Amino acid sequence: MELNSRVPSGPLADKWNNHKFSNKLVNPANRRKYKVIVVGTGLAGASASATLAEQGYEVQTFCIQDSPRRAHSIAAQGGINAAKNYQNDGDSVHRLFYDTIKGGDFRAREANVYRLAEVSNEIIDQCVAQGVPFAREYGGTLANRSFGGAQVSRTFYARGQTGQQLLLGAYSALSRQINAGNVKMFNRREMMDVVLVDGKARGITVRDVMTGKIESYYADVVILATGGYGNAYFLSTNAMASNVTAAWRAHKKGAGFANPSFVQIHPTCIPVHGDYQSKLTLMSESLRNDGRVWVPRKVGDKRRPSEIPEEDRDYYLENKYPSFGNLVPRDVASRNAKEQCDEGKGVGNTGLAVYLDFADAIKRDGEETILKKYGNLFQMYEKITDSNPVEEPMLIYPAVHYTMGGLWVDYDLMTTIPGLFAIGECNFSDHGANRLGASALMQGLADGYFIIATSVAHYLATNSLEKILGSEAPFKDSKKEVEDRIDKLLQNSADGPAGKLTVDEVHKELGRLLWDHCGMAREGGSLEKALKELPEIKKKFWDNVYIPGNGKDLNQSLERAGRVADFVEFAEIMIRDALARNESCGCHLREESQTEEHEAKRDDENYTHVSVWEHISGDEAPKMHKEELKFEFVTPSQRSYK
Amino acid sequence: MSSINLTLKIWRQHNSDALGNLETYDLDNVHTDMSFLEMLDILNEKLTKEGKEPVAFDHDCREGICGMCGAVIDGVAHGPEKEVTLCQLHMRNFSKGDTIVIEPFRSRAFPVKKDLLVDRSALDRIIQSGGYVSVNTGGTPDGNSLPIPSSNAELAMDAAACIGCGACVASCPNGAAMLFTSAKISQLALLPQGHAERQQRALSMVAQMDEEGFGNCTNAKECEAVCPKGISIRNIARLNKEYLFAALTEG
Ligand SMILES: Cc1cc2nc3c(=O)[nH]c(=O)nc-3n(C[C@H](O)[C@H](O)[C@H](O)COP(=O)(O)OP(=O)(O)OC[C@H]3O[C@@H](n4cnc5c(N)ncnc54)[C@H](O)[C@@H]3O)c2cc1C
Ligand code: SF4
Ligand code: FES
Repeated sequence: MELNSRVPSGPLADKWNNHKFSNKLVNPANRRKYKVIVVGTGLAGASASATLAEQGYEVQTFCIQDSPRRAHSIAAQGGINAAKNYQNDGDSVHRLFYDTIKGGDFRAREANVYRLAEVSNEIIDQCVAQGVPFAREYGGTLANRSFGGAQVSRTFYARGQTGQQLLLGAYSALSRQINAGNVKMFNRREMMDVVLVDGKARGITVRDVMTGKIESYYADVVILATGGYGNAYFLSTNAMASNVTAAWRAHKKGAGFANPSFVQIHPTCIPVHGDYQSKLTLMSESLRNDGRVWVPRKVGDKRRPSEIPEEDRDYYLENKYPSFGNLVPRDVASRNAKEQCDEGKGVGNTGLAVYLDFADAIKRDGEETILKKYGNLFQMYEKITDSNPVEEPMLIYPAVHYTMGGLWVDYDLMTTIPGLFAIGECNFSDHGANRLGASALMQGLADGYFIIATSVAHYLATNSLEKILGSEAPFKDSKKEVEDRIDKLLQNSADGPAGKLTVDEVHKELGRLLWDHCGMAREGGSLEKALKELPEIKKKFWDNVYIPGNGKDLNQSLERAGRVADFVEFAEIMIRDALARNESCGCHLREESQTEEHEAKRDDENYTHVSVWEHISGDEAPKMHKEELKFEFVTPSQRSYK
Repeated sequence: MSSINLTLKIWRQHNSDALGNLETYDLDNVHTDMSFLEMLDILNEKLTKEGKEPVAFDHDCREGICGMCGAVIDGVAHGPEKEVTLCQLHMRNFSKGDTIVIEPFRSRAFPVKKDLLVDRSALDRIIQSGGYVSVNTGGTPDGNSLPIPSSNAELAMDAAACIGCGACVASCPNGAAMLFTSAKISQLALLPQGHAERQQRALSMVAQMDEEGFGNCTNAKECEAVCPKGISIRNIARLNKEYLFAALTEG
């Protein structure tokens, strides 16, 4: 597997401009001769579809939901970063670049991250022009908030619904192109395979989830914008349909998968309250500005929080990290919460929660001020848990939230399969080992509105593609493969459910395995153990899962089964990747790699690289390749929050 | 937390052409901390274990923002609690021994596809007919070059909060999509970016609404009562104004 990042030469600030100039173009009259497939209608997919269609390409767009407007991006709350420096507080493209690359713990490509910071400003202009109702100051200018520990105020927002409003902006641009006949929209289609002709991506095979029909579509390039794989853990903050299937099938056809073990675990989520729980809800990080995190000092202290006096409380973040206190970064906060609970000091019914207490803030600033800041979050919390954070401390616990890993792409966002591009959360490109708050929305829209069209033009202008009709052998083979797989999924179900497991039962088991061994803190022996246990789960899945109904109809159990089958296979490279990276970095701590004070220790000498996995067919283990990361413009520094 | 037992009467319909009917299921051990959809999940696990087909229903985000979930619970779209979607409705709103009737969002323009799952693509087509500002990607002016009073931005945001769930249609005695359509028209009419096309937009979107078979508004106000995002019927008044003005000028 060849990993050529195609990073342009020259000074950092000129790379993108030079690259745009040196990339080849397709003239407007010729564009309509090319077909483009876009899979996914989140921020990345919707913005890419609209932009390519505006430029004249014939676009076909696919999504699982009943409408493109419902992609997972809709749920993002906090905001989107841009280097506008509207607040005149010292922000710049270079600072946004530096914060993002440092936030990623120096495991991302300098050139990509710089470009992201560069186009961030255009994103805001674009969204404003579309009518996205960003928050405004009284004078009518755009308002900003600070986010995720940044020292400048650069986050743009639309109440707590920024993802929704940005997505509806992209959806409106997409809708306009559908109306103009430039985009053909296929809802309720699940991509099951990429079709390669002469080694190039030329189409996809999908299942119409309403009818069960397997269909193939052909094009000149295929763009995946299928989001992240956090649902491998069963419980996460991701939407229910978020999956790894599209990326995994591309991987099996030859696309390298980068850093699959880089997963972000968010510290402030509403804890699990029962084994029936289907997903986790994020509570904004901003709560840690005023809430104090604590657990009882004594193991097994079952008193109500109000009955526990000060001297019996352990404000462990404030004690351990006096200079940052409750505002330590996401990974540190998450890891410490888990540690406390592992020691038996967790609170709530399940013992898997810590307190986030607003009593002191309310005493200091008054209830009204606190409610003004967090009223809507308190309300949401109360709706779910039936407890009022003004009267009782909140219960919080970490949850899987975002996946930095994804399909490996070069500077043009092309995977190792020619003609197959990956944008948004489904690629690995910009966030290194940890993503900063408000930067995923920025990346999705940067990729879709401002980067992908240049890449697509260059690819089409420099490759001669054979004419195809979509009925060639590779399309037939792919369809057959997908059909066979569905038959295989259903093969155990003919004789009824007796003694069998449901899809969710196996998914929960996989989730527990990953959470226990490949979560926030990892250790060689424990990862080895997980790797040994995985084949049992896989066997259980293929031998023992019962799926009601058949494949010729809407069958939501079958849809879930297909996704879980891929998560089970995918888990292997997650665990192998974690095992191969014997350093602590970004979101995860590797027990073997700690400072004397038990803090994460990065190992730049041995691990300044992207780990890229190649699928080897048959039973052979996947193969790891490295893309070395070079830091020419910044010097990697070690983090310290003491 | 406590546990309740329930009798569920759920609309089962194999596909658009099949006849449907209400089936009765008993469900024990429903934790009151569960969400309504989690309650349906455990029913479905139980049905699966019994070799029966689970109930099909749409859902995705499960936090009230994607607009994918929705059903009529005892006659009320999204159920008894105000301003929440079905996925945010918790079982503590019900009591031991309750019988709950669960039916799909019904309307002429929303054919039932299976059980509780309906086809709401008509709403997408309304947006496609004009629910946007016609700008291409790139070459847009600086975001701050166009000051917008905070109060207007807030009003526009109130309207833009619509999640496209279709509860307004399902609750309307006439099956009108006025609340949904007016929310988009209002958002764009309140912002300067939307002004250039406002007349054309109002005419096209209203025409599309009619073409899809949605009914007319007779001010029944049911839509506002069930809307999970608190979209106000003042938006409908704004739509009527926009439409009237456009029709007069065009005519
Ligand atoms: C609760 C929450 C809050 C967040 N808040 C923020 C925030 O404040 N700021 C920020 O920057 N980021 C935030 N994020 C992260 C951010 O929302 C996501 O990373 C981003 O929206 C991903 O966008 P996307 O376009 O890559 O993919 P998605 O929005 O996940 O879209 C994926 C698309 O692909 C389609 N798809 C997937 N698989 C298939 C398949 N097999 N076949 C066909 N179609 C498929 C889906 O239908 C969907 O249309 C948040 C995330 C969560 C979970
Ligand atoms: S107006 Fe309210 S009820 Fe109607 S689609 Fe929008 S959010 Fe749903
Ligand atoms: S599942 Fe998204 S709004 Fe209910």
